[in-house]
Amino acid sequence: MPEPITGRRARRARRPRAAWLGWLFAAPAVVMYAAFVLRPLTLTVQYSFYDWNGIGASKWVGLDNYRRLFTDSELFATIVHAFELIVFFSFVPVLLGLFVAATIRGIATSRLATVARTVLFLPQVIPLVAAGIMWSWLLSSTGLANELLSAVGLGRLTRAWLGEFGTALPAVGIIGAWVLVGLCTLLLLAGMSKIDPALYEAARLDGAGPVREFFSITLPSLRQEIGVSVTVTVIAALASFDIVYIATQGGPGNSTMVPGLEIYYLAFSEREIGMASALAVALVILVLACVLPVQRLTRDGSR
Amino acid sequence: MAHGLINRPLITAVTLAALLTTAACSAPGSDSDTGGANASAAPVTSATCGTGPVTLKGYFETGFPLPKSLSDEFTKQYPNVKFDIREDQFAVITQNAPRVLADDPPDLMRLPQVSELVKDNLLKNLDGYATAFGWDKWPASQLEQMRVSSAGERGSGPLYAMGLNFSMTGVFYNKKLAAQIGMTQPPATLADFDTLLQKAKAAGLVPINQFNGGATGGLAFPLQNLMASYGDPAAINQWIYQKSGATIDTPANLQATQHLEKWLKAGYFSSDINSQDYATMMSRFIGGKNLFIFDGDWESGNLDKQMAGNAGFFLMPPAQAGGKQAAMSAPLTYGISSKAKNADCAAFFLNWVATNQQARDIAVKVGGSHPMGPSDAYMPAVQEGTVTASTLTAGATIGKDNGAMDFIANATGAIYAKSWTPQLQKLAAGQQTPDALLKSVQKDYETQVKN
Repeated sequence: MPEPITGRRARRARRPRAAWLGWLFAAPAVVMYAAFVLRPLTLTVQYSFYDWNGIGASKWVGLDNYRRLFTDSELFATIVHAFELIVFFSFVPVLLGLFVAATIRGIATSRLATVARTVLFLPQVIPLVAAGIMWSWLLSSTGLANELLSAVGLGRLTRAWLGEFGTALPAVGIIGAWVLVGLCTLLLLAGMSKIDPALYEAARLDGAGPVREFFSITLPSLRQEIGVSVTVTVIAALASFDIVYIATQGGPGNSTMVPGLEIYYLAFSEREIGMASALAVALVILVLACVLPVQRLTRDGSR
Repeated sequence: MAHGLINRPLITAVTLAALLTTAACSAPGSDSDTGGANASAAPVTSATCGTGPVTLKGYFETGFPLPKSLSDEFTKQYPNVKFDIREDQFAVITQNAPRVLADDPPDLMRLPQVSELVKDNLLKNLDGYATAFGWDKWPASQLEQMRVSSAGERGSGPLYAMGLNFSMTGVFYNKKLAAQIGMTQPPATLADFDTLLQKAKAAGLVPINQFNGGATGGLAFPLQNLMASYGDPAAINQWIYQKSGATIDTPANLQATQHLEKWLKAGYFSSDINSQDYATMMSRFIGGKNLFIFDGDWESGNLDKQMAGNAGFFLMPPAQAGGKQAAMSAPLTYGISSKAKNADCAAFFLNWVATNQQARDIAVKVGGSHPMGPSDAYMPAVQEGTVTASTLTAGATIGKDNGAMDFIANATGAIYAKSWTPQLQKLAAGQQTPDALLKSVQKDYETQVKN
């Protein structure tokens, strides 16, 4: 299990003068971390080599569970779905967040900016379960989305958005985008407030318009914040569980099944703890494989 | 400083190695546990609750008032017995069952499909109580679904659970809407039923609402009913009981699945079934939005209250006129943990539920279903014309035709969530053929039974 070592080494490199006495101060946190993060992680890795139902005797099966990950099309499909969700959970909120944050910064002094910030951040405050329930009402066959469509004469487009194979995954994606847009906006706004106003003034003196300002000053200065936003949202997409669980439970016909949900079903309904653990380990590696390059890419320039 | 820099990776490595070895030195799980639990089948002659204070630990299903009403009445009759009840939704109970039975053993627990729990020695063998209380003299079909043989097949062998009552399923209909399309009596054959569905469709009604969204595959109800119309219910039970060599992929079942596909293609189900949950189905039916639903008599009491006089019930008609009828009918299973502290008292309670007059009244009035027990036992009077009356009568027909089936969703612990639900949702969306559906379910079934 190389992944936690990498993570810890990176963090520790920032603190060159820690004496071993420091460990004493860190001890409570280290103990908690070991008990609630490292130990479960280690056990998960261990279980992934067994065929075990969680109660009875277990059988060592080596890499069989991992082999099944690549041969079982149903399991592999869940990983594909997770990548499709990245578009909605990551790209849409970051792009939209950039646009909204730039707009809000433009009207920073007005009261509207405060209202907009609050409204956009609200989805982050609402529990995801509540958001999921709310959206499943909005998107139901008699929900607001369909009523609006009918009202503007698009009645033939109405459908049970979460109940049809073609639309269920994008519909779940939109819920995620709605939740995450506020977080991205806030992160990016905070980043923008750190940019030296003199830069904008200089640009304006040189005759730059708002678009040029955005691409030449705002965007490059936000490199780190964008990195954080992308990292957080990509993790949210790959490890998604609650929104999907509430809105569709993976249905219809597995069309919205994601790894997080599959792990849960494998462990608790199929009682295949070994297979569930193997998928969980694979998911950890996948998340790291996606997130580490993003981190490296967005860090280099500013350091 | 150099000292620290060298040591840190070392410490990390040592810590991790230590963690790995402590965690990994033994294989997870154990097999030494409760090996003797299954063997205790000697008659228990003195299973009572005694006279001293007893607290029965119960783990019941939330949303159904029956177990609570029964336990209240029991405490009234036996004041020394108190109940400590924890409630969860059935889906949660299903997921928790093995761990709760192992770590926090209840005396009485609402059970999901039992075969896997029996394999893990988590349930008490009730044969001793069965002999002592005379349960073995009841109609055998009542207890059949709760017997598990040593080979892991259900339907025969020692008894591992008991029912509070047994449910009956079929077709509920809205009488007002039925009158609109000229339906004066329940259909006598499958062809008659088809005609009614077509008439309802032509009259602009929604013929059937059925829950089939999210993690629910409610189309399993009409599908199994159709299977029993075309084929032999005993063969379906063989499959559910995991008898060796049993298959769901038979010509009769293929005909049934094709028939269901025909209904779907003809638009007899509401177009949004793949996003419809159980509560939506019920509220639409009660609100008079559609003609039929496929459901069970656990709703009888509810429908008699909310649609008084306007709800009817019939059993799925046979393919040929005068043919035998069949229905999914299952006990409301409760079991005793193999580690339960008050097993005797819990067994006494289960026997009381089936034999005490007040308890049988409650089973019908609150539960809406037929009580367990001997066939000549006391039956509470039920008002003519109610849904409850028709579901109880239907129970008699099924008994006569020997047509009781367990649910195809109960064949294994995961078959419903992992196979029937997604496959039926695909069928509803036109993304799966009947033939491939049955083959796929059969393939999953074989893997799950092997495990």
